[in-house]
Amino acid sequence: MFDFLEGYDVLGAFWMTIKLTVFSAVGSLVWGTLLAAMRVSPVPLMRGFGTAYVNIVRNIPLTVIIVFTSLGLADIFGMTMGASDNFELQGFRLAVLGLAAYTAAFVCEAIRSGINTVPLGQAEAARAIGLGFTQTLGLVVLPQAFRAVIGPLANVLIALTKNTTVAAAISVPEAALLMKGMIENEAQTLAIGAVFAFGFVVLTLPTGLLLGWLGKRLAVKR
Amino acid sequence: MTEVSVAKEDAAAPGELVVLKSVNKHFGALHVLQDIDLTIERGEVVVVIGPSGSGKSTLCRTINRLETIDAGTITIDGKPLPQEGKELARLRADVGMVFQSFNLFAHKTVLENVMLGQIKVRRTDKKKAEEKARELLDRVGVGTQADKYPAQLSGGQQQRVAIARALAMNPKVMLFDEPTSALDPEMINEVLEVMQQLARDGMTMIVVTHEMGFARSAANRVVFMADGRIVEQAAPDQFFSNPRSDRAKDFLSKILHH
Repeated sequence: MFDFLEGYDVLGAFWMTIKLTVFSAVGSLVWGTLLAAMRVSPVPLMRGFGTAYVNIVRNIPLTVIIVFTSLGLADIFGMTMGASDNFELQGFRLAVLGLAAYTAAFVCEAIRSGINTVPLGQAEAARAIGLGFTQTLGLVVLPQAFRAVIGPLANVLIALTKNTTVAAAISVPEAALLMKGMIENEAQTLAIGAVFAFGFVVLTLPTGLLLGWLGKRLAVKR
Repeated sequence: MTEVSVAKEDAAAPGELVVLKSVNKHFGALHVLQDIDLTIERGEVVVVIGPSGSGKSTLCRTINRLETIDAGTITIDGKPLPQEGKELARLRADVGMVFQSFNLFAHKTVLENVMLGQIKVRRTDKKKAEEKARELLDRVGVGTQADKYPAQLSGGQQQRVAIARALAMNPKVMLFDEPTSALDPEMINEVLEVMQQLARDGMTMIVVTHEMGFARSAANRVVFMADGRIVEQAAPDQFFSNPRSDRAKDFLSKILHH
């Protein structure tokens, strides 16, 4: 029944999808947190940069960003991500860069909404014992904000998992690229589609359930 | 040269810890603080009372710059209040603050609440910080709750932890912004007792409160505010038995005789 899968490395392609997701998730979490910090900082220049970044990046189609990393950053500006002679690795790194840069805008907004759930008094109490802005944010506000937005961050992570398929546009050999190839070569297009759809559900469903559970468990009691 | 340094020392007379000079603040069109002059001596307990909206909480919050002021000067221990930044953080560490709504760090245990400032601001090592935190928690009577989270404690217990958290920084002065206003009646006394003990130990305290009993028993001086001004200052006995201003008479007649 599944003999159309023979000769294709479906698991390998999904492994690439997982690697894209994990690296981009870490990158976007770090960069998104920094952006959120900028957006609530007392320095107008930083606030302006954070706001501009989010509003520009989240409104550009991901395909445009991913294609730009390859045609723009790599081909025109020569940013080969330390892998100029390895086309596959270069594509992978560029895709992670693009995905992280794009997803960070959404992570930033999720975290910022979490910051708004932390009562003002928490930050005042932190400042009152002599903590500076960075310490107040890092030790008191963000830890509480994160716990409030684990659910929304799970949404972002699920969207990111599916968005990794755009990396196919710059020939990263992940699941969607393999699917495209198989559909061109095999007759069972519906079955192929079903296999890949199932693969993505297997990746995203546990993510959502696990993080949903974690969000409830870690919620800050007031 | 000598003369200059002598003059400087005179400016910060040894007894004066907190000095406010012609402090003014507006919230939009509302002139919340109008030409406030107030000097608090080292070791003095000053209770600020007055009707709601008189600016007493705002006054309290300006002293560690949680509220900025539009005009005037505030000096603490001879140093003018710094602008935002490291200097300000350093000053705030020396000024303890207790809030109406406790504001304990909700994601940290009681013990961690009292240790955080010591470790991150004072750079005390962890073991010493914990020792001191436990000692302070015992002193305010919540030593057995050290490993709980703030939400698991009663309001009175939370407020006593908040006092311990402020004391952990070895502050020169403690500000209390209506510390008992959010508490159930039966929990007010346990907090007031801790504050009274603190007053007896010689801590300099500025207390905004509606607790007239505390003002009578623990204050060296009562400051009565109304409509953004200090209307009257006097020793508690004198103020409560024989207020000079009509505004204070009116206020006292409304709250004291039931």
